[in-house]
Order: sequence, then structure tokens, then C-alpha cells
Amino acid sequence: MTGDVFNDFCIQAATVNGSGSQSSNLVITKALHHMGIPVAAKNVFPSNIEGQPTWYDIRVTPQGYQARKRTVDILIAMNPATWERDAANVRSGGAVIHEAALPRFGEADRDDVSWYPVPFARLAREQLDAKPDLRKYLQNMIYVGVLAELIGLDPAAVEQGVRDQFRTKPKAADLNLAAVRVGVDYTRENLVKSDPYRVTPMDGTRGTVLLDGNRAGALGSLMAGCTVLAWYPITPSSSLCEAFIDYAERYRVDAATGERRFAAIQAEDELAAIGIVLGAEWAGARAMTATSGPGISLMAELTGLGYYAEIPAVIFDIQRVGPSTGLPTRTMQGDVGFVHTLSHGDTRHPVLLPGTVIEVYEDAQRAFDVADRMQPPVFVLSDLDLGMNLWMTAPLPYTERAIDRGKVLDAEALARVTEWARYRDVDGDGIPYRTLPGTADPRAAYFTRGSGHDEHALYTEDPDVYEANMDRLRRKIDGARTLLPAPLVEESGNRVAICAYGSTHHAVVEARHQLADHGVETDYLRIRGLPLHPAVAEFIARHDRVYVAEQNRDGQMEALLRQELPGELADRLRSIRHFNGVPIDAEAISDPLLAGELAQREPADDRAAAAHHVPVA
Amino acid sequence: MAIAIEKLNRLGLNRDDYKGAHTTLCAGCGHNSITNHIVKALYDSGIEPHLLAKMSGIGCSSKAAAYFVEHAHGFNGAHGRMPSLATGAKLANRDLAVFGISGDGDTASIGLGQFCHMIRRNLDMTYVVEDNGVYGLTKGQSSATADLGSRPKRGPANRYEQIDICALAIELGASFVARSFSGDGKQLVPLLQAALAHRGTAILDVISPCVTFNDHDGSTKSYAYVKDHDAPVNTPDYIAPQEEILVDYEPGTVQDVELHNGSHILLRKVGDDHDARDRMVAMRLLFEARQSGEIATGLLYVNPEADDLCTREALPSRPLAQLPIEELRPSREQWDALMAGLA
Repeated sequence: MTGDVFNDFCIQAATVNGSGSQSSNLVITKALHHMGIPVAAKNVFPSNIEGQPTWYDIRVTPQGYQARKRTVDILIAMNPATWERDAANVRSGGAVIHEAALPRFGEADRDDVSWYPVPFARLAREQLDAKPDLRKYLQNMIYVGVLAELIGLDPAAVEQGVRDQFRTKPKAADLNLAAVRVGVDYTRENLVKSDPYRVTPMDGTRGTVLLDGNRAGALGSLMAGCTVLAWYPITPSSSLCEAFIDYAERYRVDAATGERRFAAIQAEDELAAIGIVLGAEWAGARAMTATSGPGISLMAELTGLGYYAEIPAVIFDIQRVGPSTGLPTRTMQGDVGFVHTLSHGDTRHPVLLPGTVIEVYEDAQRAFDVADRMQPPVFVLSDLDLGMNLWMTAPLPYTERAIDRGKVLDAEALARVTEWARYRDVDGDGIPYRTLPGTADPRAAYFTRGSGHDEHALYTEDPDVYEANMDRLRRKIDGARTLLPAPLVEESGNRVAICAYGSTHHAVVEARHQLADHGVETDYLRIRGLPLHPAVAEFIARHDRVYVAEQNRDGQMEALLRQELPGELADRLRSIRHFNGVPIDAEAISDPLLAGELAQREPADDRAAAAHHVPVA
Repeated sequence: MAIAIEKLNRLGLNRDDYKGAHTTLCAGCGHNSITNHIVKALYDSGIEPHLLAKMSGIGCSSKAAAYFVEHAHGFNGAHGRMPSLATGAKLANRDLAVFGISGDGDTASIGLGQFCHMIRRNLDMTYVVEDNGVYGLTKGQSSATADLGSRPKRGPANRYEQIDICALAIELGASFVARSFSGDGKQLVPLLQAALAHRGTAILDVISPCVTFNDHDGSTKSYAYVKDHDAPVNTPDYIAPQEEILVDYEPGTVQDVELHNGSHILLRKVGDDHDARDRMVAMRLLFEARQSGEIATGLLYVNPEADDLCTREALPSRPLAQLPIEELRPSREQWDALMAGLA
């Protein structure tokens, strides 16, 4: 049939949180993935346990775009509270699957979409043999069947999705499959398809898995040999810690003795969480914590102490909006400027900026190596979108390489050294040698304290000694510029470029295609770490205008760039900012960039006109 | 000419091996007396210097961690954060004897939360509070352990209720709670030795008069006040497991408490019998002493059977910090199965 749209549309499930809709949405996502159709899922959820509106956007694209899309082509409307607004958001020509009992009036009364009313509550009551408390969950599984029949989901893929979702509960899987069939049968008997959206199997997901960034961070920490986790629950970072505990209980518990080769402490607050991490690292274990902005605020003091006392630590910051009740379940790149110089005084911390699930996994491991090599707290900056949503990714590769424990002198090494001083720069890189408590050599001991110390870690307030130590710390952290990953560059001689970092990457990929369609070819640089790699300035120097796209109001990365770059390069920066709490989409970049380029051309035309003395109307 | 023979402990170390940097505290500070008692207790107990981890927070008290056992690692942390740093250190290396020095501001105000949660977890450490009821380094403000009505050197009398560190610790389930006085080495040294032998959080609240800011009339933590109002519940003797029991204890009831490592603490009763294994009795004792304006000193409560943090976490006997990476990664087969499950 002409006019059909295959594998390129967005489904939005508008439900009430706590109603089990997450399972239904994951089944749809997994079924699409099983059919070989690239899929991107975004959960836009409330800070609430039960009863508030929640939206789950499932995007299918033949190109495999992973960014969110603003438009909704198929709405599954299950929430009476948001029904009118949700229905109004559907693109003209789209489809609305809805609870039949929802009245069509107000904004929901439009005739340019296909309406598919389904009596979900009645079907669950009459056709499913389940207790009343289970029915609300099963109602949501019925919509999987309705959608499957309407868009042509492969029944085998749906069944596999259900079996995956209820892997450990075969009985629940059967009941949910029955609910799916109720939806399929009702649709066949009662609904006539009048919208253009269909799926067809393709070969776009081979060799990929569906994984969220937080689990990748947990697995990276596991592979890095992290043995101490200390954390305080906070969305959106908790799932990283919980995943670490799950995996550690699976792979680190001695079956015979029950001994656990890890310690996971749910601390009383983030003050204690970072304290436990620093104490453990000081004593030689690899330790980490994961938190979000409000927790980072509480960690400021001890992070500074870790910087001055030179104690490694790994801190995952899964960024969100905040503090307090400030959209805690919505995403943001809001902590970039904050964490890089967290604490008071001249502190500056290495920050890793992963943009993909695989990079989170790799950066987690890298963070432990960098922390051990350089002896400062190291941040891994992810966000709610990257951390909690499911992403299509290549499977995480098994790690066999050795870990880098950095400059640690054990008793044997110490015996070979004529004189050792804890904070002496022996190698010219600013990085001193450290010893661990428990080292059986009287010379190993030193007294750890804040910034007021000499090379031997003895307390002093001598101005020259303090200044020399601070200069060494600067040299040390400057070394991170080239120790952290270089920026990723896609360049083909264009004058205009986009600069981004973290999860904004996925919108940039799509935006560059949109821009090319409008005749604006762009180069692209993605920053992977702070302090900045020298290649960043070199890249900017090769371009006339560099649009820095990020998810915060004040252009935090752009500000960091301006601080570091000479004025002549800073003048080339333009800022694109997205900060409404939902993940950035491609148009949020391509629209302002196009406008910027258009504005760029107009004054040039004016100048050309003036040069020819032609009056301008 | 007589040759002085140095007395050596069971490790063959002499007492000087347990000394540290020279104190920078005021002359006559109670904290310096405590430091001397700590040196004696660590020496008498034969603690290996390299396996000792000296932890502290911030304040006059916390400086003292530098004044004993020079050849032990030390960590002068941030204000009120010593418990979390100590928790991490012990989890990383359970072989370490973790010894903490804190003060009343560090423990009862800024660090109260961490203090409570350390006790909940029964972290195996010795936690000494050098308690003078006053902020010394910031020049004499009242602390949360200052008694209601006690007068600082300047300014009005304290209008707020005091926090009793020992009563709080017992309420929170601490497994070893003692109170002593900086000038009473005979009581404090055995208490410190018992605390070192105890496997769990051992809280020692040591009243330690501040000679500069809180040793005047009107202070309930002055030297004179404490000497007049100290009501010892017991004078303990500590018997190391390696030593014969040769203590010449006084007649009357003697309570023998066996600690986790096989050592014993003998409590010599003074006054009423005090059963240090009964929380209710300990609480009553503290409240009654306070009502009568006395300070009950001695071992107030002990529960040697409570599991410590490392036991509760089922940590292997080898320290986590020393586990090779091969024992921390899943096998390739496990990994492949995990990834296959995500497809």
C-alpha cells in the first residue's frame, strides 16, 4: 500500500507510573530489536512511586539514530490525567491507541489521526484469569498485543521479548503472553488499520545488545578490580551501585565459604560515602562511589582533601536536574563545571566524559587506572539519559589487560630506594610515590593531611613550600590532558564544526545529517575528558565557527573552553543549549545552528552590498 | 657503672618506638597526658607499628594522632569524617589495627552522624574522644558535650543540653563503651589495651581538661571539677592472651570479661557492683551519676560477642586490598553468557 511508513516512527506509551507499564514497554523494545530493527528507548518518568504520569518513547529508525525525537507518531494513551495533552501532541496522520472509556473531547477531539479505542480494563477483567491486583499490569500487556497487530510485530519476537522480561518467572510469562493474545485478537476482530506505520524485519541490530550506561559502569568497575563500593541512594545513580552489587554477588562470592571478595556499604550520606572510598583507597583497595549532583555537593570537602592529600578515588556522577525537588528524574549535563574544580582552593580533577554505553564501560576501567597512576579523585560524568535508558550497543568486550596500580612502593621496592619522600617529584611528572598502610618497613609510614605539608608529609605553613607543592600539583594534573582519551574528531575540511560531549553525541550524529540536507556540512569534535586535550584547541583553530552543544542553561563546557583558549579562538565559539529536562533531540542542535549560519551570511551580504555602494532596502 | 637495660615488649620494641612527633598542644593539656597513656598501651599490647592505622578528624585532639607511633601510617582527615575514612581503611585491609583520636566537637557535633553509623556497623576500631567540652583551636566556644549551665571562659553559660557520648553509644548498640580521665593512667591504660583487643567499635570518652579555655571555675570539665566528681565504677586490669595472669587484684567481686582475641579484662568494683555486660545497668549508672553531678568512669558496657563490620560483610581473611585482579573478574565464559543474555 502506498504511503506506508516502514521502520521509521515514534511510539509513545503514556501511562501511570507503578502500573507495570515498564515491562510492556521493554517487551516492545526487545521485540523490535529481535526483528533486527534499530530501536532507541527513552523513559521520561516522574519522581514518584505510584500514580503519576510517565512516558516511554520508543523510536524505530532504519538509520539507527539513538537520540530522542520530539514527534509522536503512535500514542498509546493509558493515563486519563494526561490524555488530552498527549493526544494533542500526536503528529497529524498519526495513530492513537487508547482506553475506550476515555472521552474524546477538548484537545483530544481531532479528526486527523487514526483512533483505536480498546476496552483494556474490561478485556483484562473478562478474558484473563488473574487476581484483581494483577489486572492493572496485564491491561498494559494487552496494549503490546494491540500495537503488535497494528504495526506488524513478529509474534515470535514478541514472545521472545516476554520470555526475556520474565526469565525467572515462567508462570508470569505465560499470563503475560495470554494478555498479549487478548490484545491481538481484539484488534483483529474489532479494529481496522487506517494509519501508515508498519515494521518489517531488517538486519540492523545484528551483533548488538540492549544495555544501559549504569550497568556498563558497574561492569567496568567490576573488571577494574574495584573491591569497595560506598554509596547513598539517589536517582539516577542508584542502579549503578545496585548493578555492581548484583554482579559482585554473582561473581565474587566463594561458593564454598560464602566469603565475599568485595564490600558494598550503603552509607548514611554522601559525606560518608566519599570518606569510605578515600579511606579504602588510602589503604590500597580500589574503591568507588556513584552519585548525582546533590551528592556531589556533599562530597566537595573530602574530594578536595583527596586532591591535596593525593588519594585516588573513582566517583561516578550520573547527572540530573536538582537539587531537592528540582526535577530529580530528568536529565541534564549540569555538573561539568562543578565537578572539574570541585572543592575550595586550587583544585582541579580529571573528568572522563563517556558518550556511549561502551565508553562508560571503558571509562570506568580507565578511571581506576588514571586514579592510581595520578593519585587524585577521578570523575566519570554520565547522565540520566545515558545511565538509565536502554541503548543499542556492541557487547562489552571481555577485559584481560593488566591494571595500572601506579607508583606504589611495597617493602621490597622501598628497600631498593635510598631516600623516599611521600610528596617528592622524582620523575618530573609531578606524581610522587606512595606507600600503603601495612607495608612492613619503618620508612613506609607517613602522616596524611591536607595541603599544608612538605615533601615528607610533615606539617608546614612555609609559603615557599606551599607554593612549590601547588605548582607540582598543577604539573601533575596537566599530565591528565594527554593521559585521558583524545577528543574524537570527524573532519573533512569544513569551516563550521560542532563540539559536544557525553550523551549529546547521539543528537549531534542526527543533526549533522539534517544539516547536510540543508546544505550545511559540519565537522565534529567530541570532548572525552577534562582537563582539555591539546587537540581541542588545534581543532578549533582549523574552523571559523564551532558550535558547542550541551544540555545546560549556561553553556558550562563553552565557558570552560573560553577560560582555556586564547581570545582569538574563544571568539569562534557559539553556544547551543538545551535544558528542559528531557534528552536532547537533533532539532535542538540543527535548528539553532542553521539560524546561526543564516545570520552569519546576512551581515556578510550586507557588507558585500555596502562595498558596491548599492542601497539596501 | 650500671648499664641501663631497655625493657622490650613482646615484639622486641622499646617504648620509644611508640613515640611520635613532639606535641604542639598547650603545655599541661590533658590531651598530652592521654598521648602518653596511648604510647604505653600500644607498647604494652605489642601492637605492630606498621599494622597500626592512626586516624583522626580535625581539632586539638585530632592533632594528637601525629604524637605517637611515628612509624605507623596516619590520616588526619576532615572535621567529623574520621569514622568514614576509618571504615574504608578497615574494609580495604582488615589486618590493620585502626586507632582513632577525635574530640567532642569532631564527634558530638559535626561528626555525630558518622559516629552513630560507625557504631551501628560495629567497625572494629578504637575510638578515643578527648573530651574537654570546648572548641580549642577556634578559641573557646562551647561544644555539645558541655554541661547545661557550664560557663565558658568568655560569654554566657551554656543554655543547651549536653550530649553524653557514652550514653549515646550504648543506646546505639556500641559493643565497648568506657569513660576515663586524662590524668588517670592507672585506669586509662588498661582500658585502652582492652579497647585494642576488642573486636568491634570501642568508644573511650576521656575527659581531658582544656588548660587554656575550659579549666576555670564554672566549667564542669576542669581538672579540679573532674577530680572532685570522678566516681570510678571499676578499675580494670587488662590481661593479654600471651601473658600469665599475675594481677594482684583486690578482694571483693571481680568481673572477668574475655575478649575476642582471648585476652581478659578484670573489673575491680568500686562502690556498687556494676555488670558491664548489661546495657540497662550501664544506662542507669550513667543517668544516676549525672543526676548526682558525678562522672562515672571505667568500663561501662562491653559485648565481646557482637560481630564486627568485616565479619558481617563476610570478607575473606586476606585483605581486599591484596586480592589479585584475577580473583576479582568473572571468567570469560561467565562474561560471554552475561552478554548473550542481553542480546
